[in-house]
Amino acid sequence: MAGSSYDALVIGAGHNGLACAAILAKAGQKTLILEANETAGGLAGTREFTAGFSAPMAHSAAALPKTMIDELKLSSYGLEVGPALETVGLSEDGQHVHVIGDTVTGATDADAAAYPEYRAKLQRYAKVLKPIWEATLPRIGASSLKEALIYAQGALKMRMLGKEDMSEFLRILTLPMRDLVDEVFEDPKLQAVLSWDGLIGSKMAPRSPNNAVLPMLLRLGGVHGGDHMVPKGGMGAITKALLAAAQKQGVEVRFGAPIKKVIVEGSEAGQKATGVELVNGEIISAPKVISSADPKTTFFDLVGAPAFDVQFASRIKRLRAQGYVARFNAALSGLPDVPGLDGLSGRYIIAPSFDAIEFAFDDAKYGDASQHPVMEVTFPSVHDASLAPEGKHVLSAHVMYAPHDERSDWSHDARIRFTKAIGDALERHMPGIGSLIIQAELLTPKDIAADYHVAGGHWHHGEMALDQMLMMRPTYHAAQYSTPLQGLYLCGAGTHPGGGITGLPGRNAARQILR
Amino acid sequence: MTTKPSMKAFTEQVTELPPGLSPVDNYAGERLMTSPFHERQAALNLRDSWEAWNGYKFANHYYDVEYEYICIRNLCGTYDITPMQKYLIEGPDAEAMLNRMVTRDVNKLKVGRVTYCCWCTDEGRMIDDGTIFKLDEGRYMLTSGSPSNAWLRMAAFGFENVTYVDKTDDIGALSFQGPMTCEVLKKMGFEGIDTLKPFGIMHFPFAGDTIMISRTGFTGDLGYELWITADKGLELWDALYEAGADYGIQPYGEAATSMARLEAGFILPYVEFAESLKTVHFKHDQTPFELGLGWLVDFKKPHFSGRAALLEEKKRGPGYVLTKIEIEGNKPAEESHLYRDKACRKEIGWVTSAMWSPVVKSNIALAMIQPKYLSGDIWAEISYKKEMKPRWKIAKCTVVDKPFYTPARAKATPPPKF
Amino acid sequence: MKHYDAIIIGAGHNGLTNGAYLAKAGLDVLVVEKNDYIGGAAVSREMTDGYWYSSCSYVCSMMRQVIHRDLNLTRHGLMLVPYLGTAAFGKQGETMLSYTAEGPAYNEIRRISQHDADAMSRLMADLERYSTLIRKTLLRTPPDPTSFKPRDIMELLFLAKTFWEMGEEQLYEYIRFFTMSAAEFLEDYFENDFIKAAMATPGIIGTALGIYSPGSAYILLHHVMGDVDGNIGAWGLARGGMGAISNALAGALQEHGGEIKTKAGVDQIMVKDSKVKGVVLENGDELTSDIVVSNLDAKRTFTKVMDQKDLPPGIYEKANNFKIRGSSGKVNIALSGVPKFTGVPDNRYINRGGQAFIGGLETLERAYDCWKRGEWSSDPFIESVIPSAWDPTVAPAGNHWMSNFIQYCPPKLADGPWTPEKRDAFGQTVIDKIERHAPGFKDLIVHMEVRTPHEIENEVGLTEGNIFQGELTIDQLLFNRPFPGYAQYRMPVKNMYMCGSSTHPGGGVSSACGANAAREILIDLKKPNTVPEDDCYDD
Repeated sequence: MAGSSYDALVIGAGHNGLACAAILAKAGQKTLILEANETAGGLAGTREFTAGFSAPMAHSAAALPKTMIDELKLSSYGLEVGPALETVGLSEDGQHVHVIGDTVTGATDADAAAYPEYRAKLQRYAKVLKPIWEATLPRIGASSLKEALIYAQGALKMRMLGKEDMSEFLRILTLPMRDLVDEVFEDPKLQAVLSWDGLIGSKMAPRSPNNAVLPMLLRLGGVHGGDHMVPKGGMGAITKALLAAAQKQGVEVRFGAPIKKVIVEGSEAGQKATGVELVNGEIISAPKVISSADPKTTFFDLVGAPAFDVQFASRIKRLRAQGYVARFNAALSGLPDVPGLDGLSGRYIIAPSFDAIEFAFDDAKYGDASQHPVMEVTFPSVHDASLAPEGKHVLSAHVMYAPHDERSDWSHDARIRFTKAIGDALERHMPGIGSLIIQAELLTPKDIAADYHVAGGHWHHGEMALDQMLMMRPTYHAAQYSTPLQGLYLCGAGTHPGGGITGLPGRNAARQILR
Repeated sequence: MTTKPSMKAFTEQVTELPPGLSPVDNYAGERLMTSPFHERQAALNLRDSWEAWNGYKFANHYYDVEYEYICIRNLCGTYDITPMQKYLIEGPDAEAMLNRMVTRDVNKLKVGRVTYCCWCTDEGRMIDDGTIFKLDEGRYMLTSGSPSNAWLRMAAFGFENVTYVDKTDDIGALSFQGPMTCEVLKKMGFEGIDTLKPFGIMHFPFAGDTIMISRTGFTGDLGYELWITADKGLELWDALYEAGADYGIQPYGEAATSMARLEAGFILPYVEFAESLKTVHFKHDQTPFELGLGWLVDFKKPHFSGRAALLEEKKRGPGYVLTKIEIEGNKPAEESHLYRDKACRKEIGWVTSAMWSPVVKSNIALAMIQPKYLSGDIWAEISYKKEMKPRWKIAKCTVVDKPFYTPARAKATPPPKF
Repeated sequence: MKHYDAIIIGAGHNGLTNGAYLAKAGLDVLVVEKNDYIGGAAVSREMTDGYWYSSCSYVCSMMRQVIHRDLNLTRHGLMLVPYLGTAAFGKQGETMLSYTAEGPAYNEIRRISQHDADAMSRLMADLERYSTLIRKTLLRTPPDPTSFKPRDIMELLFLAKTFWEMGEEQLYEYIRFFTMSAAEFLEDYFENDFIKAAMATPGIIGTALGIYSPGSAYILLHHVMGDVDGNIGAWGLARGGMGAISNALAGALQEHGGEIKTKAGVDQIMVKDSKVKGVVLENGDELTSDIVVSNLDAKRTFTKVMDQKDLPPGIYEKANNFKIRGSSGKVNIALSGVPKFTGVPDNRYINRGGQAFIGGLETLERAYDCWKRGEWSSDPFIESVIPSAWDPTVAPAGNHWMSNFIQYCPPKLADGPWTPEKRDAFGQTVIDKIERHAPGFKDLIVHMEVRTPHEIENEVGLTEGNIFQGELTIDQLLFNRPFPGYAQYRMPVKNMYMCGSSTHPGGGVSSACGANAAREILIDLKKPNTVPEDDCYDD
């Protein structure tokens, strides 16, 4: 079926692809989404890892902004924002640290007293950045005054913080999580918990400067101001609502339609992307091809590096996008009884201190999986009973650090070793959980790369580091959602503002394309 | 014999030797590499005038710059271009890779032909210029003035079926230039060499090996470049000098080359252009359009590295253009500033290289000039010395369209006997 | 007792520079120093007969030449000698030698990797571009980005213009460079691990960051932006040791009537009615002055020699949070001859300069891991120089003194405080590593002095022995140094200033901090500004 009956093709039905398509379609663009897998969601989707048990790839959402929910009227498509989840720093002795809203319990009084102010401060900064996240950031050399306005607005908002606050903002922006948190708090578990959201998904440890605070502030821009939540009915509800919203706007979605390549046509007028060829050989044309795949996959696998200038391709090649987080899903015969915890609806962090995270990272940076991994655990089936057979449950964990390019290339032994280390940590903090596990699945970054078509298996499609953020995400000359290849656009997490279930890259891309 | 630096650990080179044996050269690392022709050239370099080029030792001049220059125009001479970087690029994707890298359309190049080309950064600033030899389908030799391994690696990224090998140390290369060159080569028995057209390539058996001869050069005169396996270098040299003895064959160095190339209007790195990747300051490098090399940029190609930026540059028009000028008087206008008015109030450009041309009896120069002032008066402020005393003068300049010296023999096939 | 216009605490190079400029402007200046010798960390001391150790800082490339000229330092005995020829050692005993001439230098890298030899020129151009840019800011007072004062806005515009002149693409590249790790930055250029490691080592010197920690690329620049006579990246030795710099500065100070008082440790800065009044010495003497300038690091200034109640709220906490981490050690060795390094030819040019005992990138990173755990690495990074190969004044003829700088060395050990035994064990680790590359080295040792952060802090007064007086991370650079709002050398108490490396532009024997502080003081006193804002480089 050749022919150009579409205005736009969107590659990938992850949350960004869906958001992008929905907005394009709303503006009258005839849009087709092509998804390789059989379901929508991508890395925000749900996977059945063993018969009858499913787990969401992202088990909670912090960053989903109200803007997205409102603009796409996601509530009318069934999305109901869940309550804020408490984040719990687990302790082997049952003296856990609980963080929710402005409240910290289980740490010292001084820590508890300091937390509201600390949180308020970060939220003020998050607010300054909100318009930045929600706009296309023009090139620094933006030729039009209107484009450059966003920077002026940003500067103005920053100045409006007041002298003291603005200086502090400029100072903390590049702090490592350890320094940021250590200046205020003293309890090691609380310190680890509070640094967690700056580090998760990154190739970074508490001592790494420059790159943690900005992503954390992005996450603070979510509906609960940084607290995580699971929508009613589970994480799947976000994808469901986005898909429904897109389809309602007339977006066509084809599942099981993996793409072989983006078609590039060259002439004396230059070259441009004119459509895609599916793996099955089918060719679909459209004047706009919008990829929610990560930049490396898009530029190298779908188009091919030779279509780009030498230095541009080289910059994409050296984009740091190596996943360091593994997913661990377990089917449970029942919920564990964790001393000191009342119910298991929260987010549980197993990382007793900065050093525990730091040292786990040290193993990984040389290419070994952490001997003592640190992790974030949830029980998705508590929020969405459909994920497991009745009476049974699902445990989901983001485990750090698991290098993509493991020295042993994730041999069978290495996987067993790592799984055992995860099991040990879980057992120590949730005694008895070992006997509840019926079946478990370990997804290393390498597996994530293969199953979700993400180069390097990086959650965020590229390290959320200062040199790869803002008007440099993924790199200059491709940071305004358009690419050097005419007709090809990006709308995935590899673009501004980056990873996390925000839908903002997709939204911003659609708005920019429509402009 | 090349003395390529050993890949062995340095430890082995400096191990103490038993007494009685010659001591280890503790300065080996300080010494430049030498070309396959070095032994003969060193004997002829009466002035011990050496320079460094890409880690090689090569001659500035051998005897007398003017004499060597006149040999190029009058007799024939050899110039050792071994240090020039030579890369063998092979594979089904070789053409596509070169096409991505250079601004010219390599598709048009036929087997057995050579083309001059340049390559640019994404911003369209010139990295280097060089020549591409199409040796066979899917088999090319690229030459460049500066080492290009790092850039080639970047440019080859994304192509599965292409390899590039640095052959610089393996191939001895001599540029053989001057009106008598064809005669000498004929005398050496390279039959049919007189039928070789400019930018053509021929292969001949030589010393149990094959010699490649291309009708190329950097002098604007009749001339050839000879390419041979490094260990056959001395044999080639001896054969060439034996055949050339009656034709006044003479080695010449960098200084004479620089004169000849200026008359031909050719550019030199770090004289006319700064290699973009080594440039510190913004826009202190150049685009091909600024260097008058717009004809090398083929926008009919759908893509090559720097295309988008160069298209904009073309639309916008370059800020300066490399221009050939003749200047009144006989004082070379080296490092002169150029003005629109004799009072030197409005600066419009500068001279990149200048000399008194002995063959055309003219004071010639290459200069970067703002294009909008090309049609008006151009004045050069020339500093010179008269027996140590500094002097300066304001001289009128005239723009010249054609290369200063273009002997018909350079293009004639077969070339005339003299 | 005599009343001074200004008292400067600490006779390190910045304190002396500050004092010299103030004295030159006609102020009655006193520099007080706790030790019985001047120089702080820019010092030469005869620790054993005939051997003069530059016991702390040991090479010099950042000294601003305009200050050198302004203060007549040559006349006061200072001569900077550029040195050449360094050898880097890899973990398999491989070497990389640095030759001064372009051809041999190229061939040397080519011996290891053809690709990297080709890429080197691009790195050098990029580093020079970044250096040229940063250099312009060294002698300028950082603007306050929150301020609307014309001077701050003009200064911000100056910075913006300076950066803008790089061109847009380079600006992006610069931002990348500024925020990346040294190792990852060099990935863009090189393929060979040893070359990467050798080029990356300046990125960790003196800092509590690893070679893979984001931000270390800037530290790399901080070390290579220095120059000797405009040759960016060149290093020099002060004839007579680093103390010659301090002595020359002291000479300049005294020439203009300034005074120096040694063995005069400050116990407390006197504050009355939110104004400084002078200092109380450790012996109880009170010295009064209109102005007090602290050349101590920010943490020491506000937490040791000031009373918390004299400070506005928040400052004490800021000082406490100021990141000043001990990460380096120093081993000074007197030698009876020149060591013979395996793989280094007996070349009179090469064998005279510095040695870098590196290993590979992983060696460097693992050494950092040890530091994080409160240990020292058994395979540390050592940067050595044998100044006596150049300087006849620092060791008896035919003998030598070797300066060895070690990264990393923890300020506190996991198993308790530093003891003389542990210090010696640390020193042993260092000479063991050198011995591996120079068999017979240990036999040449005449005398050895080991300095861990503990010793450096005790003697020089640098908190934790941090050589930069505070980490050079973005949160503590430019207008954030030492703390936001106090980057213009004026401190929260009236008439009090800071002039040490805790202020912009940070560590290194540049004298820029001291000069910049003098400028601000003179501006406040409404005196003609005699401190240059630009070094004498033609554009």
